[in-house]
Amino acid sequence: MSEGFFSRGFRGRRKPSDVAGRLPPGQYLERGFPVLSAGPTPHTPLERWDFSIAGQVHEPKRWTWQELLALPHETPTVDISCVTKWTKFDTHWEGVSLETLLGQVDYDPTVARYVIAFSDGGYTTNLPLADVLGGQAWVAFSYEGQPLSPEHGGPARLLVPHLYFWKSAKWVRGLRLVDHDEPGFWESLGYHNYGDPWKEERYQGD
Amino acid sequence: MERRTLPGRLSWQLGEVLATQAETARTKSIRLSLPTGMGHRAGQHVDVRLTAEDGYQAERSYSIASPPEETPHVTLTVERLDDGEVSPYLTEELRAGDKLELRGPIGGYFVWEARMGGPLLLVAGGSGIVPLMAMLRHRAAVGSSVATRLLYSSRSYQDVIYRDELERLGKSSTMLEVVQTLTRVHPPGWTGYARRIDTQMLREVAWPLEQHPLMFICGPTPFVETAATSLVALGHDPARIKTERFGPTGEA
Repeated sequence: MSEGFFSRGFRGRRKPSDVAGRLPPGQYLERGFPVLSAGPTPHTPLERWDFSIAGQVHEPKRWTWQELLALPHETPTVDISCVTKWTKFDTHWEGVSLETLLGQVDYDPTVARYVIAFSDGGYTTNLPLADVLGGQAWVAFSYEGQPLSPEHGGPARLLVPHLYFWKSAKWVRGLRLVDHDEPGFWESLGYHNYGDPWKEERYQGD
Repeated sequence: MERRTLPGRLSWQLGEVLATQAETARTKSIRLSLPTGMGHRAGQHVDVRLTAEDGYQAERSYSIASPPEETPHVTLTVERLDDGEVSPYLTEELRAGDKLELRGPIGGYFVWEARMGGPLLLVAGGSGIVPLMAMLRHRAAVGSSVATRLLYSSRSYQDVIYRDELERLGKSSTMLEVVQTLTRVHPPGWTGYARRIDTQMLREVAWPLEQHPLMFICGPTPFVETAATSLVALGHDPARIKTERFGPTGEA
């Protein structure tokens, strides 16, 4: 609607081409790690913590903290993009892939086509099943070589770096497999249902 | 957690700057007229997009300071970040008559409307006051008598954003109490708190548990963590505490 418009006197800070090419549209490069959450930080003791997969599965499965840690770890290095405009390059994580976790559950992928991640504090987010398989998503418990801090979602958060970071649910406690898509917390509050940063899918209708 | 679906697409609008006003040495309010209004609720924010002459663009999000009742006008209050790309332009370059592209409203959770009732506890750190001010202005604009307390932490008296208006609002409604704390320097004769926010302060200011207050906290991350954790420790219901955090972003 604003063809030809420019902001009088604005020059901006051009990014080097190697940075610009790696930044999704509308994002800027952040060196810190901003914290965004809608409510108080939950503090669930590890001895009471578990991760479960339920819903459209033949038998629900749950892992204690120790059982989760005993599964094969992966150490993804990824760029992450928050819908609030910041992108951080080369973040180092350690966690268990959802491929590994879902591999221990008996379900029909032609039926359970979506997952709802749920967290302590009541947060939820929805993802297509196909987006959490194939080494695209993890339950991460370590960031930059340290246990994940509570403000950043510790003891464990989802890590789905190819989507805006609200999909990487903090304080995650499990997945519910469902046969139909249902919007999660932010997806019900005007944010995009899928959230691809490269298509700038920030809000409903983008 | 409550839900509300916002239908339709958020389109970019070209607003016209009606006026700018310095609030403190680092913050400025920008009053804009929008072609189709914003249709926001108090607490929401907008995306602002700047475009250089060669097409280069930068986007950031800013809280709306004005109440919905002032539509089609909106006011943003922006704090200048010295190493920022967008805030120095908004606070130092932009002036009345300029155009500014924005879209919104964004964020449907950190929102208060008079019909949601209270009592209300608003806890602000620095420029975290901005979305809470929209709530106070909305409350005043609709003549709400919801019992409200604002606890507002600033570095110094000179850093208090909306200082005169907060004083006026506090005097004009017996149901609104404005409590301030100054964390670094305070003027002679200062009668407010003079330290960083802590559990004891919140114990004194927050409503009794049995009144089930609705709580909104906005400020820098450590401030919000302290306030929210303290309120939970005092026994308040986490589901009644809504938070909004912003930079500076240095990761510990």
